Parts: sequence; structure tokens; C-alpha cells
Amino acid sequence: MDMDKRFFFEKYGLSERDLEKYLGAALGAGGEFADLYFEYLTSTSLSLDESMVKSASQGISAGCGVRVVSGERTGYAYTDDLAPEKILHAARTAALIASGPAKTPVVSLKENARPSLYPVADAASDAELSKKVELVFRADKAARAYDPRIKEVRASYADELRRILVIGSDGTFAEDVQPLSRMSVFVIARDGPLSSKGSSGGGGRNKFEIFLTEKTPEHFATEAARQAILQLSAVSCPAGEMEVVLGPGWPGVLLHEAIGHGLEADFNRKKTSAFSGLLGKRVASDKCTVVDNGTLNERRGSLNVDDEGNTTNNTTLIENGILKGYMADKLSARLMGLPNTGNGRRESYEHIPMPRMTNTYMLAGDDLPEDIIKSVKRGLYAVNFAGGQVDITNGKFVFAASEAYLIEDGKITAPVKDATLIGNGPDVLTRVSMVGNDLKLDEGIGTCGKDGQSVPVGVGIPTLKIDRMTVGGTGS
Amino acid sequence: MATTVTPVKLELRELAAGVVKRAMELGATAAEAVVAEGSEFSTVVRLGEVETLKESGSRALGVRVFVGQRAANTTTSDLSAEGVEQLVRSAIELAKITSEDPMGGIPEAAQLGEVPGELGLYYDDVYSLSNAERIEQARRAEKAALAVDARLTNSEGGTFDASVGHKVLANSHGFVGEYRSSYCSISAVPIGIDEAGNMQRDYWYSVARTLAKLESPEEVGRIAAERTLRRLGARKIKTQKVPIVFDRQTAGALLGHIFDAVNGDAIYRHASFLAGKLGEKPFGGNLTVIDDGTIAGGFGTRPFDSEGVPTRRTTVIENGELKSYLMNTYTAKKLGLATTGNASRGLAGTPGIGNGNFYLQPGEKSQEEIIKGVKQGLLVTEFLGFGVNLVTGDFSRGASGMWIENGELAYPVEEITVAGNLGEMFSNLAEIGNDLIWRGAVACPTLRIEGMTIAGE
Repeated sequence: MDMDKRFFFEKYGLSERDLEKYLGAALGAGGEFADLYFEYLTSTSLSLDESMVKSASQGISAGCGVRVVSGERTGYAYTDDLAPEKILHAARTAALIASGPAKTPVVSLKENARPSLYPVADAASDAELSKKVELVFRADKAARAYDPRIKEVRASYADELRRILVIGSDGTFAEDVQPLSRMSVFVIARDGPLSSKGSSGGGGRNKFEIFLTEKTPEHFATEAARQAILQLSAVSCPAGEMEVVLGPGWPGVLLHEAIGHGLEADFNRKKTSAFSGLLGKRVASDKCTVVDNGTLNERRGSLNVDDEGNTTNNTTLIENGILKGYMADKLSARLMGLPNTGNGRRESYEHIPMPRMTNTYMLAGDDLPEDIIKSVKRGLYAVNFAGGQVDITNGKFVFAASEAYLIEDGKITAPVKDATLIGNGPDVLTRVSMVGNDLKLDEGIGTCGKDGQSVPVGVGIPTLKIDRMTVGGTGS
Repeated sequence: MATTVTPVKLELRELAAGVVKRAMELGATAAEAVVAEGSEFSTVVRLGEVETLKESGSRALGVRVFVGQRAANTTTSDLSAEGVEQLVRSAIELAKITSEDPMGGIPEAAQLGEVPGELGLYYDDVYSLSNAERIEQARRAEKAALAVDARLTNSEGGTFDASVGHKVLANSHGFVGEYRSSYCSISAVPIGIDEAGNMQRDYWYSVARTLAKLESPEEVGRIAAERTLRRLGARKIKTQKVPIVFDRQTAGALLGHIFDAVNGDAIYRHASFLAGKLGEKPFGGNLTVIDDGTIAGGFGTRPFDSEGVPTRRTTVIENGELKSYLMNTYTAKKLGLATTGNASRGLAGTPGIGNGNFYLQPGEKSQEEIIKGVKQGLLVTEFLGFGVNLVTGDFSRGASGMWIENGELAYPVEEITVAGNLGEMFSNLAEIGNDLIWRGAVACPTLRIEGMTIAGE
């Protein structure tokens, strides 16, 4: 094993014998399966406001979570003190979920080959602080230079390095070092009595250099400023049902809300999802193929191994409109007899893993984006969104457009004010009549919340035309 | 059960004060340290069987330092001597790269202190039940919900949670304050299915600082069931403008947006539609909004804020006039005003602004009377999504609820949005209910608002 892989053994004096002892304690009252999740997370963040770096933060968080699974039951306990007696105590607490004779865990821990999707040695977190500070000052300057009406600029930079070790009674042994970084810029424009805002940001599991080459502070600052200036002249968004064209990239949050959550295996195992029982059935037009892919290099939603120690996958969720699969973790896969797709994720050692998305996107189609716009008589062209939410059970979902335009007689016209779009997950994709050839993934800023747990994710779509959706404006 | 006077845990106080002392030794000109300790228990029972059981405790430490006018902060879960030393050294080091901010600093010594008297924030009975009894609470809530109607065939479960926390704040003026808090809660999330095979779910909960004030699992389950049942058979309605009645939950969410808009942080950066409106009357004469961090037993009550300033009662809006923003030390300095004791943060990061018990002064009518007065309109019972632009006040959120026909609830409605502008919405409060009930730190009675747009078919 290389140096990196011995991190927890070195730092906390762990041995394989200790790990076996903890697993033994976890299965001390029976149960089919137990695992230990060690985490050591370091983070740095900086934020600029009024052209000053007003705050800088660094944090260290370390701990171990112990899970015991017995049938459909899960017992969980964690400790932020990695002393052996504390881990043993957590293991004995989690063990209380089961009530039977002690089981002997499988002790032949075996480490499977894992991919290497992101840099570790020169991850963003390793860069000098002064270089990170320079990024937020550059963003401030670029946003103010864009237009004198840009009056307020906030720019922030954050990175983290997460080291994990997952040990399971099924023999799982997986270590990973997961870098993550992002920049974000938020601006306010003022012109007489009018105010507006704009925001932009991005990053990923990348080297620091990406902020100097591709995802530069100027790129994000200009984008945020452009949105804010544009919004100064926005008109009221119309209300009611109309044709909607989604621009490529971040508007893929539609997929995340409309179908992504509904295809997480836990909801389907419990039959609480509007998608329950639809495997093999048509849930989208035949132009739609949607995947969840945790194996893309350096993407925000990518992982070498998930938080249960399984390698991630490129999982086809919908193929030519037919529902093909769910996103599963160990528990769901075992209870439903499904393949484990490596979607078991958790926010931290304090949390129980569950099926979560990684990078969810729709594959490109054949249509030219300009032809899609031309085909719309009266509708909305939405290119930026501020996030969304879904009710898994009735399938209703929303996402809020922060940059959108009217389409009139095949032409993009006036920008409109913020408006929420609402639809029904199981049928919104059946109304997709055109799919562009311009698939784009988002810039790397998405965070998904489920049951109080936040994890980084990615989304993407090509330009899409939805024949009918409800747009929640105030105009006519 | 009476409040327990808790023995002071000396080591946490000493730890916090020691961190401040060490920071000053290493060159800080001012410092604050926070130690937070907590325990949590939660269980979910689904379809009568235990699904999860979680129990743990944690401790963490944070420090904020000023070196002259430069600030930085660090946090750690490593409370060993080396961990603490590294925490302080990192903070001092980090302060070298931040900017000189003339307004930066901790409060003046004279501003520090605590609300006197027993605030009723901590009851040790929340942890008095055995695991079996806790599981039973969750089981009973779910069972009661599913027993109400045969159409309730599935469930996301019943839950019982308990947590206790202990927070200590120390700063370089010699202030050391601490308080404990406790919570327990029960919830149920039943799922129903209508004749067409469409599912709906809803929830209900009870939360309290002591078991003695927690509603019974049966009551929670029954209300959750009623809320799910009334959604069955929901339909879309046409795009239109009609009077909208917001129940206590959704009205509370609207009032939460008003809190965000009077947040001093948003005000000084002109990121709120209420910036610069202090002393003006941007709202109707029937609107009075108060923030009070001192109400005994309140969910938003604390003896002092996250900078050690005593919490207080602040009239935010009085008869439509904007009387005060809510501020911490920094935002108050930026605005040339005095802190309102609303500093808020987790560990020792840069303080933000948090509400105390934030509420809208109730009116005269019951919710029933308000609904009776609506010929055609909508009762909104749930929001979906977060479509609020605080800079402009523009509001557009997904919603579901009940159609009102001739003063009666007619049928459930879903897949619509409601939109307007927060400034205009709170100027057009046609009715304010008398049903102010504290179920969290923000509370609002039923509201009837005119002039909003419903987008549907």
C-alpha cells in the first residue's frame, strides 16, 4: 500500500486487527452486515466583500461512523474521537439494532482496484493561501470592470480534502482521497431605483490550475455581472402553461429534480416514489436517454469509490424513453435484488449512507439548438436556474429560473424576471419533442440535499424543448 | 417536570477561556472561542418495524481571532492539546492573509452580558426514555396515522428524536457564558393513494424542549393522516388572480422571507428590497412584526447571542413602519446603528444574523372565519422550491392546497405556482388571523393576501 493509503493507520495507529475487533463488536448482537467509515476532512474558505477579504476559515473534522444492518434495520453511531475505546463504544451502540447471537465478521479484508479520477498530490487544497486570495480579488476587479452599475461584489473560494477509509464485514476495504474546490461570485447591480442580482461559480475535483486557465475568476465574475445587468431590463415573466426551451448545462437540474430523486432505489424499495413499479415502462419520449455517471474525470459529482467503498458507475437510468434502472446502495441492492450501482453516499461520518446521485445528465440528440428556438411560437427560453425541489411521492417538482427570455415567433426576445417552473416528474420528459446536439455539463457548483444530508453533485443536458410546462410568473 | 439547574462543566469553560488566552499570547488583539457539545438520538419506525436507530455525541471547538483589523477563524473536532494549539496557530497565521477591515472587531465589553433569570431552554427529561420507549413513541405516531383511513396504505414512517446541546462562548474581554438546550420531537409521514392510483404524502410533527410539552404520538399521527387525506385527488387549476389564504405553516415561510429582508447583513450590502427603508412605512398599517430572543422556553430563545451580547425584544415593523433591522456588531457598525443581539453562528466562524422568536402580531379572526370570507380563492398549505429574489422582493414558489368556493374548502389543488412581490404582498394583508402558535422560532398566524398570481393550466 502506498503512503496515502496508510493515512488512518499512521495517524491513528490503527491496525487490521483493531478493525476486525470493531467489526466484531458491531456484530456482537447479530445483524447481517456492519461497516466502519473513517473520515478526515480539512477545509479552507475565503470570502471577499466590499473589495476586502473579510474572513478566512480553516477547519479539521475527523470521526468514525459505525453501521450495523439487520434485515431492513439500520443501527448507527459515530464518534469524533478516534481513540479505540470510543470506536468500540460506537460499535456496541450501533449493534443494539440487532437482537441475536453474535456473528463473526468476515475478516479477509480485500482491497479492490479503484480508478483515479482526480488529482491528489497537487489538488487545489495544496495551493498557497496567497494564490487563493488572489482569485477573489481578481473576481472583484473583473465584476466591477464589467459595468459601472455593478455596485456590490461578493466572491468566495473554498476547497477541501476528504480522506476516507471504509471497512465492511463483507470484506470491503477501500480508501480514497477526495479533493473538491469551487469559486463563486455574487453581484448586485443598481440603476436608479432598479436593483438586480447575478451569480455564477464552479469548480470540481480538480487541480488548482483550473482556476488559472479554464474556470478563471474573470470567467465567473463576468458571467455574474452579465446576468445582473441583464436583469435590470427584465420584464414580468408570463404565468401559465407554455412551451419551454431549456438551455444546455446547469438547466439539467430539471433531470435531477424531475426524475433523479424519483429513481433513487430507497424510495422505490419503499414504494413511496411516483416512479415505483415503472421499470421497463415508458417515462420519457424516445429522444431521451439519461445516465448517472460517477466516473467522469475531475467532476464535482464524481467519486473513485462511493461512501460504502464501491466503485462508482455509469448507470443508464432511461434509455430511449424507457426506464432502465435505479440508483442503488448496498442496502437497496440487497433488499431489491438489484445491481449495486455505487450510489451509496453520505454527508459525513455523522450520517447513514443512502442512494444519491453523482453526475446526472441527458445524452445529446440530433437537433440544432437554433432549430429548437425557431420551432417555438410563444414560449420561454430558460438558461440559468437557482435550484429546485421535488415531492417524491406525487412527483411534483419545481425549479426556479434565474435567467430566462421570451420566445416569440421563433426568436428570443425580452429577458424576464425570476420565475418558478413546475411540473410532474413521471410525465415531463414524455413532452420532450426536441433534443439538441449540444450536451453540456454544469460548471461544478451543485449541492443536493436529501433527508438533511448535503452532497456535491453534477447535472447536464443538451438544449431541450418541452412542449408544455407551467411557468409561474406574474405577467400575462 | 421542572427545569434542572445543570452543574457547570468546568472543563468546557476552561477550554474556551484557555483558547482565548492562548490566542492573545500568540499575538491576537482580540479573540473569541466557542465550544459546542451535543448528543443526538433518532429513530424511524416504518410500517411497524424499526428502520433506523441512531445515537451519538460530539464535541467541537472554534476560534475567531483579530490581529489588528484582520480577522480569521478555525474549527476542529480534535480537542487534544496538540489539536487546540494547532487550531490557534492556524487562526493567527490565517489572519495574515485577510484584509484590514476598519469595522471589524468583537463587541465592546459594556455590551456583553446575559438575559437574567431562568429561560427554560434545557430539560434533561428529553433523554430519560429507554430505547424501547423511544421506539414506541415513533411506532404509535405511525400507527395512529395509518389507522385513520383505509386509503393510507404506506408510510415514510414515524419518528422520535431527542437532542441536547451545550454551548460555551468566551472572549478576550473576559466574558465566559454558557447555556444548555434540549429538544425532542415526534413526527409521522403517512402516504395515501386515491382512486386513480396517485399517491400523496404529508406530515405532522410536534417539537418541544421537554417531553412534558410534546403532543401525544396519537395526536401527531391523526393530524398527519388528515393532512395527507385532504390532498388525495388533487388537481390543477387555471391560471388566475384570486385571494390567497396562507395557513400558519406557509404564512410562517413568508414571514421567514421578511426576516431575511431585515437581516442587517443583506441591508448594508443593499441585497434586500428593504434596504434604506428604515423609518419609512413600506407596509400596510395592520402589519406588526417582532423579534424576541428572551421568551421563556421559546425555540428562538438564548441568554446571549453568538458574540456574547444579551438577546432582547426588538420591534421590527410597527403598524407598517420599518422600525429596526436585525443586526450583529459588524452589520450595526456598517449601518451606524447598535447591535440588536442577533449575532448567530455555528462554531466560531464569522457571525451572521439569526432570529430570536420572530413573529407577526396576530389579528382577530380565526382561520375558519377568514376562509368563510373568501368567495373564490385558494388556501395554500405547502410550498415547493425556493423561488425568492430578496434584492427585488420577487416571489414565485410552487404550491399546493385547497380551492375555496363560497367560503368552504372545495377540493385539493396541486402543481401550481403562486407569485407576487414580497413588498406588495405584505402591503396587501387583507386579513390576519388570531391563530399564532409557536411550533418553531418563526411563527405567523393565517394570512389572506390579495393580488397574487396563480399559474396553473
